[in-house]
Amino acid sequence: MAVHTSQSVAKAAGDDIARGPSRGAGKTPGRFRRSLSTHWYAWTMVAPVVIVIGVIIGYPLFRGIYLSMTDANERNVERSIGVNHMPATYEFVGLDNYADALTGDQFLGTLGWTLVWTVSCVSVTFLLGLGLANILNRRIAGRSFYRMMLILPWAIPGFVSVFAWRFLYNEDRGFLNRILAGGGIDAVPWLNDPTMAKISVIAVNVWLGVPFMMVALLGGLQSIDSSQYEAAEMDGAGPWQRFRHITLPGLRPVSATVILLSTIWTFNMFPVIFLLTRGGPGEATQILVTQAFKFSFEISPRDFAQSSTWGVLILILLMFFAAVYRRVLRKQGDVW
Amino acid sequence: MTTASTPPAPVAPNAPLRGRRSPLASAGLHATLVVASVIAVFPVLWVLLTSLKPAAYATSTDFVKDTTLANYTNLLNDTPFLTWFANSLLVAGLTTVIGVFVAATTGYAVSRFRFPGKRGLMWTLLITQMFPVAVLIVPIYNIMSSMGLLNQPVGLVITYLTIAVPFCAWMMKGFFDTIPREIDESGQVDGLTPFGTFWRLILPLAKPGIAVTAFYSFVTAWGEVAYASAFMVGDENLTLAGGLQKFVNQYGAQWGPMAAASVLIAIPAALVFLFAQRHLVTGVSAGAVKG
Repeated sequence: MAVHTSQSVAKAAGDDIARGPSRGAGKTPGRFRRSLSTHWYAWTMVAPVVIVIGVIIGYPLFRGIYLSMTDANERNVERSIGVNHMPATYEFVGLDNYADALTGDQFLGTLGWTLVWTVSCVSVTFLLGLGLANILNRRIAGRSFYRMMLILPWAIPGFVSVFAWRFLYNEDRGFLNRILAGGGIDAVPWLNDPTMAKISVIAVNVWLGVPFMMVALLGGLQSIDSSQYEAAEMDGAGPWQRFRHITLPGLRPVSATVILLSTIWTFNMFPVIFLLTRGGPGEATQILVTQAFKFSFEISPRDFAQSSTWGVLILILLMFFAAVYRRVLRKQGDVW
Repeated sequence: MTTASTPPAPVAPNAPLRGRRSPLASAGLHATLVVASVIAVFPVLWVLLTSLKPAAYATSTDFVKDTTLANYTNLLNDTPFLTWFANSLLVAGLTTVIGVFVAATTGYAVSRFRFPGKRGLMWTLLITQMFPVAVLIVPIYNIMSSMGLLNQPVGLVITYLTIAVPFCAWMMKGFFDTIPREIDESGQVDGLTPFGTFWRLILPLAKPGIAVTAFYSFVTAWGEVAYASAFMVGDENLTLAGGLQKFVNQYGAQWGPMAAASVLIAIPAALVFLFAQRHLVTGVSAGAVKG
């Protein structure tokens, strides 16, 4: 059991990331037996996670990487039609799919919008979350009531919120356009005009993302020692100086984590785009994930190879981002 | 009311930057919070109000109009909504219970023990967050079909665990890091096994962390769309996400019944939220700070 566990940890982690003590575990039988007797309970406790992740994520990942190097599509994969079983006939094509994706306009164009989407969503969400967390961290009447109202969007299932927003955005009879019409303003094509649709999907995602950001930052603010503020005030530091030199540094560890997580989540935010616009109008709001999903589920014939290629590229981009991000943080002196 | 230790909030444009707050500043803060709360609540409230209007007036801008429960009775009588609801409840409930347990043991092991593979495991947990649905969904579909788990709640539960557990384990680890190690040591002195220490001493202390983890797992499983619509077919097996897609195709833009369905779907998530919200701030931040 434990042997299996430690091996699959290293495997699932990938070679370039599994630094540290996981290497060299169990090299010799003697050492192995000793480490088994010391670590068996730790390994037992993590075993369920490792097994589930290994089977449900590890295998599909390698399978996905393999598919991205083939020309697999709906017509040549292994399948059963009635009682007839058709064997797979797709072929290995090496890195051709990657070359096609990286030299074609479609991938780069979608990537461009995905970056705009991610950066604007994360930055706006972070600023709003920071502002609201700062206000909620003050003594203010009705604070827990406000907090509950503001966290509410998080508690509502995503597809319900997205439905609510589609209802509000509806061009002919939606609430927003009715209100505008009341003020004598022409109907705005919230989801039907490429530019407006982009703004609209970002707005919805910000609306969904602020609660998590606010809650995490609020916790960070509460962990800052209040005596620091008192000392700073004694020394005559103004509000901006206190914010700049106490609050922001105090929030660094939390911000580092939530910005990383929320960048990853936003980059792969499938439901908002898929349910709000299906990537439309045209392909205007299609981000990489929704486009990859479209390749394998919505076009005909379903193109599994291209879908996997895009998926692997997404993964590479995100891992690259995480590595750079971590290096920058470390250079600035954070142990993370 | 105000103290010297009140931190400033220069980001909020309406809030004057001052340690001691004037009535005007207080009004500004309240105004900001009210506007923000209205924006946060309005879309959901609007759906609730719409669900109570007769279907013919669904797009009326009146807040209340001929209040009726017709949308709800139609929904419950004419569609398998309750079946879908029960399926979703089963899937989300199982995901929550198993997810919390597994995340807690993993978080505890990573927080307390040094063992070979620990660093690799932490990284794996982070990196699984980066996997796009699009790469995984076809291979997972194949695995589930070869294990005969398609169209079974178990298949969805396992899939959701892979989404929820990595983040939850990180949060739980951060939370366990805030519990003093002396408690573990005292448990060992009293002759408890490592697992006994975890179960009898540490877990009861980690309630806020567990509340957050439970909330997160439940909401994740309750609201997931992509896997649910790909894995489950046949009216009686669908969960709400898949069922509603069907519903949209069938009824087109019938906002009234859709609104009623949305309200009913939001209720369980809101209940879990009410139960967990007291602990959200401490729980999430412990995870994020120490993670």
